[in-house]
Amino acid sequence: MITLSPLRWGKPYKSLEFQDVIHFETGAPIAKIGQVNGGMVQMDIRKAPQARAALKRLSSTELMEKVAKAAHLFETATLSVGDGQQSVDDFVHQQSASTGLPEHMCRGNMMKNAFVLHNMPKILDCLTRGLDLDIFSRGYGEEGRGVTVSFQCQSPILGAVLPNNSPGVHTLWLPAVALQVGLVLKPGSQEPWTPYRMIAAFIEAGIPAEAFCLYPGSHDVGSTILGKSPRAMIFGSAQTVQQYAGNPRVQAHGPGWSKILLGDDCVDQWEDYLDMMVESVLSNSGRSCINCSGIWASRNTKEIAAAIAERIGGIEIKPPSDPTAQLAAFTNPAMATGTWSMVQQDLAESGVTDMTAGYGTRLVEHERCAYLRPVVVHADGPTRAVAMKEYMFPFVSVVECPQKQMLGAIGPTLVGTALTTDSSWIEELTDAVHIDRLNIGPIPTSKLNWLQPHEGNLIDFLFRSRAYQIAPIAVRELAEAASNS
Amino acid sequence: MSTVESPSNVSSNADLAAQVANAKAVLDSHTHETVQWHFHESTGSPFWLQKKKELKFDPLTEVKCFEDIKKFPLFEDDWLRGGPVNRWIPAGMAGKPTYVFETGGTTGTPKSRVVIDDFRIDYELFSHTLPDEFFPKGANWLMLGPSGPRRLRLAVEHLCQYRGGISFCIDLDPRWVIKLIKKGWMEHLEEYKRHCIDQAITILTAGHDIKCIFTTPKLLESLAYGLAERGTSIQEIGITGIFSGGTEFTPQWTRFCVEELLGGPSDEGGVFMTPTYGNTLMGLACSRPIGAHDDYTIAYYAPQPRAVVEVVDFDDHKQVVGFGKTGRAKLYTLTKEFFVPGFLERDEGEREQPFAKYPWDGISGVRPFHGIPGGTTVGVY
Repeated sequence: MITLSPLRWGKPYKSLEFQDVIHFETGAPIAKIGQVNGGMVQMDIRKAPQARAALKRLSSTELMEKVAKAAHLFETATLSVGDGQQSVDDFVHQQSASTGLPEHMCRGNMMKNAFVLHNMPKILDCLTRGLDLDIFSRGYGEEGRGVTVSFQCQSPILGAVLPNNSPGVHTLWLPAVALQVGLVLKPGSQEPWTPYRMIAAFIEAGIPAEAFCLYPGSHDVGSTILGKSPRAMIFGSAQTVQQYAGNPRVQAHGPGWSKILLGDDCVDQWEDYLDMMVESVLSNSGRSCINCSGIWASRNTKEIAAAIAERIGGIEIKPPSDPTAQLAAFTNPAMATGTWSMVQQDLAESGVTDMTAGYGTRLVEHERCAYLRPVVVHADGPTRAVAMKEYMFPFVSVVECPQKQMLGAIGPTLVGTALTTDSSWIEELTDAVHIDRLNIGPIPTSKLNWLQPHEGNLIDFLFRSRAYQIAPIAVRELAEAASNS
Repeated sequence: MSTVESPSNVSSNADLAAQVANAKAVLDSHTHETVQWHFHESTGSPFWLQKKKELKFDPLTEVKCFEDIKKFPLFEDDWLRGGPVNRWIPAGMAGKPTYVFETGGTTGTPKSRVVIDDFRIDYELFSHTLPDEFFPKGANWLMLGPSGPRRLRLAVEHLCQYRGGISFCIDLDPRWVIKLIKKGWMEHLEEYKRHCIDQAITILTAGHDIKCIFTTPKLLESLAYGLAERGTSIQEIGITGIFSGGTEFTPQWTRFCVEELLGGPSDEGGVFMTPTYGNTLMGLACSRPIGAHDDYTIAYYAPQPRAVVEVVDFDDHKQVVGFGKTGRAKLYTLTKEFFVPGFLERDEGEREQPFAKYPWDGISGVRPFHGIPGGTTVGVY
């Protein structure tokens, strides 16, 4: 069994308290993780400037080369992780065993993280709108039009309280390293694997270890990271997002309520988009904030819901090692039963139809875990409570709503895929501030282009554009001129 | 000011078994004396003399040793809520100046305990366990803990005076802290904590030659951060010894505290810190010396024979668990002022072996009892 120790500015810390990571089906311990307390984080964060200083010892070009090397190591190498050696297969088995995600999905998330690292120069080029990265390193520089620009780094580190069960979200904090910003991470108790392996790959690739902290621990660790890091991100519930709303130091990521909106000009050709709709609902077992939880159209909604139900309603539970497995387990069975109770409440409302009712039992309870098989619901209007629901399994509401009311009714939408060629509606969609990522045309909500910002541009979060003027004559020259006169 | 003899030094080669047997004999004899005092018409308190009528045995003739005390029903701390408080004063002590102390941060009608000299005796006994090297005689102290109607403020002040110093203190109301937490007013909580720490730092840096502190683990941590923000540390401002208690200590936290807040182990030049365990009902249990040698295990030993801690079976409080096994903390208080024939504390832990300095049972790994209903606020200050 592997032991993962906390990492304090690159140095492993031998903890006296441990928490076991448990296999979701057998209950057998897979790893034990040393814990820290919030006080350690508070003391360590005082040294955060050293993390950026260490990264700045490498030029942006050198750093980018090492990030690319880390990407390669992350996806191919056997790495020293904790007190053991971890191959790619070990990583996939371990992550699947603790999160309940099928192994092929773990592999998919791994590739996604590696992709972002491999493409870091291109991603940063897009996020910075083509600025020379040395400007971000030095704090100012020449933009190329004879104008001095300055981007002041707002924090030497990025703190992050990482989720337990969503290995796909790590792409969001990865670019920080390439921007010479250190990382202070609290790994999820069930998903320590990605941050540990990623940091191991960074260090193995030659990025200074003193730029990294890994702090497994309880809630006080998370709240200290969020309270003491000048810039931090957290992944949590809608309540978590609400808690940090308006706090410029914390970027909170929660439910996405991502949606597909069918315009009146395309709705009668809905069958052409069925594959895209199914992929949006089902990929990654419906666990991501970018999975589609609502499909909105003015007509044909019953038919759309029935067709999706026919495609996914019968999906069976398969072992996580099965390459065709499409459903992830709820490692905490109470989460599944609780979620199912909420779904049943949704279904009790008049005007709401369970389109997957005829495809067998949805809640499947095992001894130590549980599954929820896909649920497709039809809602006859946008005011039905189910229209605004998102759950951690393949779940979608197909909502009947006139196009002209749609934008006013959909609510916050992380990814909105609009199937339309209606230019005036596209203009309205473009202006809708409650849609974060807008896809025009048949792009699955789950298919992200990493060259685009996600829930805000990380550059804007970590850097501040400000004025920086340099006098044409240096101060000393002026003084010398004065003394000579 | 009362005086007590310091605990006898136990030579390192003494026969531990003999010491354990001797301690047991002392406890048996002390128990017999204490029960005679509390249940005799001329010396007992109205409360216990009334209780005696409800018992199915005669404590005066049927309690001859410590085991016999288990014939009493469990002590219920709710008996301490409300008055008249005078019913707890033993007739043998009538007319003596009497204090009333309230327990921790409870809300509603508080639990009250009358005290005449016990807090002084307990803390004088404790004083003899403190190493003079780190708690110098004549040094001034700061009491940075809950104040108001609690025993702690006066007890620490007495401890300091007993050692020849003067004790400074701050105000801290734990009941307000609990209210802030329950209301979710976390910003106010942080401000209140800052208010307390600011006062402490003002006193500590005002040239009063303070070398020793009493504080709780959480306030100790906050004090260290407050000083770090000002570019200094507990060690740098001249503190040499800290007596701490009030909330749970974990080995991990204790190690962090020693290594990162107090400048390292005391034998390598760091500030000495001694964890303690206790409450208004029992008194003060000292810890075995802490350190890396046993992974910072915190093991407490009650001041026998005046108080006893047992680790008992969760389902049968009359059954002590085996050494190293987990059970619930059961406290006994056996002084002339106060009699507690077994109280189930809201803590659990592991039973520890006797050792030379304390040849009786101890308890380690003390933490909130897992059966405490959710929502109870513990260890808030």
